[in-house]
Amino acid sequence: MDLFEHQARELFEEHGIPVPRAEVTDSSKEARGIARRLGGRVVVKAQVRTGGRGKAGGVKLAADPSAAELTARQILGMDIKGHTVRTVMLAQPVDIDAEFYVGYVLDRAAGRFLAIASAEGGMDIEEVAATRPDAVARVHIDPAEGVTSAKATEIADAAGLPPRTVDVLVRLWDVLVREDAVLVEVNPLVRTSQGQILALDGKVTLDDNARFRQARWGDQESVHDDPLEAAAAAKGLNYVKLDGEVGIIGNGAGLVMSTLDVVAGCGARPANFLDIGGGASARIMADGLSVVLSDPAVRSVFVNVFGGITACDAVADGIVQALDTVRLTKPLVVRLDGNNAARGRAILDERAHPLVHQVTTMDGAARRAADLAHTADAA
Amino acid sequence: MAIYLTKESKVLVQGMTGGEGMKHTRRMLAAGTDVVGGVNPRKAGRSVDFDDRAVPVFGSVQEGIEATGADVSVVFVPPAFARAAVMEAADAGVALAVVITEGIPVHDSVAFTAYAGDRGTRIIGPNCPGLITPGQANAGIIPADITKPGRIGLVSKSGTLTYQLMYELREIGFSTCVGIGGDPVVGTTHIDCLAAFEDDPDTELVVLIGEIGGDAEERAAAYVRDHVTKPVVGYIAGFTAPEGRTMGHAGAIVSGSSGTARAKKEALEAAGVQVGGTPTETARLVLDRLGTRRDVTHS
Repeated sequence: MDLFEHQARELFEEHGIPVPRAEVTDSSKEARGIARRLGGRVVVKAQVRTGGRGKAGGVKLAADPSAAELTARQILGMDIKGHTVRTVMLAQPVDIDAEFYVGYVLDRAAGRFLAIASAEGGMDIEEVAATRPDAVARVHIDPAEGVTSAKATEIADAAGLPPRTVDVLVRLWDVLVREDAVLVEVNPLVRTSQGQILALDGKVTLDDNARFRQARWGDQESVHDDPLEAAAAAKGLNYVKLDGEVGIIGNGAGLVMSTLDVVAGCGARPANFLDIGGGASARIMADGLSVVLSDPAVRSVFVNVFGGITACDAVADGIVQALDTVRLTKPLVVRLDGNNAARGRAILDERAHPLVHQVTTMDGAARRAADLAHTADAA
Repeated sequence: MAIYLTKESKVLVQGMTGGEGMKHTRRMLAAGTDVVGGVNPRKAGRSVDFDDRAVPVFGSVQEGIEATGADVSVVFVPPAFARAAVMEAADAGVALAVVITEGIPVHDSVAFTAYAGDRGTRIIGPNCPGLITPGQANAGIIPADITKPGRIGLVSKSGTLTYQLMYELREIGFSTCVGIGGDPVVGTTHIDCLAAFEDDPDTELVVLIGEIGGDAEERAAAYVRDHVTKPVVGYIAGFTAPEGRTMGHAGAIVSGSSGTARAKKEALEAAGVQVGGTPTETARLVLDRLGTRRDVTHS
């Protein structure tokens, strides 16, 4: 889960990383009062979980409290790359003498976290890394040792950062470990004209797998802008909405991704990703069907199940029970393969639902679902 | 022969007495696996009856090894306890720890893979279906009865895609199938398995299944180009996955221009790996390479 900038700022502050004074609000009226408290002149920053805010007009300087109110009104409700701005952060402006980049990211290949630091912060670090690789220092962190002052000094030296950033590097590692983050980034970390080191903007991505031991974020639901995704999440389903017309239900993340590809290869567009897991119980099948069928863009549904530990006859029983609780309104193509496939197919044949089509191969079933999506009248 | 797991392997199950542990220990035994014990400090000294076999429960991995000579541990413990369980297995000196548990925090995976690596313990997983050497042993949750022993090696991030290919190629059969898991950090990579299959006289061809996210497939492609003489057939899932959305597996996310299915496919093809467009087409490519193609219809 990505945190908003203001949440990242709050974490930095709690861990002793110096940050500018700032407050967050969802109201332009309040923005005026906040600006007054912060000394009048403020930076108004859209709070969205995406990059490129500045270019989109989501970060603006306001000269006084009334300008802050006006600017906040302009920015609130703005759409930035599909994200609606619901809150703004107002921060004291800072005179910048130098901008740096520091962060810790997971290096999947090495199975370790990697410190990334550069004396050239402020812009897109990936671009700096691509055009001037020497300007970016990369130092692997031993998980058993973490970032000690000695390690932080090594990182700062490698990147050519001033010695006063060492403390920030140590504390930022603390944020990463204590908060179970998979990414922490300060960009820019600045030296002000008064010589102060400040984390001006930051990004923190938390590990969803660690929610069980991170009480603070545990009850914060992931934001689902899409109502179907919200409905699926409420049922505990692993669902992602896409822009197509063939609804997809399958068991196992890899098989479902593969199913999307095979449907796309047949000239149709998948409407969603939905992995109902290895078990594929009747209840989950019913929940999944009801979410997928409630998508008005869906014109056919493809249920693609490989019967492994849960054999196909059990899956077929689940589909039959689901058909009792969910009213099928669109053609349903079912492909059952694997253990007890013949018995599973017989169970569905016996149910003889007029909208259920069985196809024995994955490729053939995808083609049928694609054809049905194109020919099925919405009626 | 096979890789990592044979009929000689003596297997402990950490978390055997839990629901999943019980269910899959029974299946592992049915597949011929020599499951020599379970580990649960609160139930030490008891034993659990699985059909015709009583499997003892030990208080620690160390005790289990001393009593049985176990060299493999399969870990089913919940995410909150997985880190300690894997470190315990590494301390006790198992050669192979297969971590089935899903949902382990990545900081824990980073910690225990490094810890195990320092102690010479190979980790498979986490969040994986385990591995099977058909006809010999099964360590994990892969269904054993969908294929038979044979000469194909398989390495995959995905469980159900593994099963699909095992089933489609059941007439040829497999030396060993390894599900390495879909998490961002895993103990055993595609490259590790490619190297092991290259050295395994029983493996004639390797099927490599990948999916979006990270660059493991690209690195595997470079490894194939430089080090693998056996034919490799690939399949990649996730061409239609949108950027920035996680597709089920924690590691399956396309970020920016990296981790796309297209880039992986192109890297594999540039290394001489044939890549199938669908799982079924991939199976056909395997049959072609082995010169055994006929009109097999899996219906």
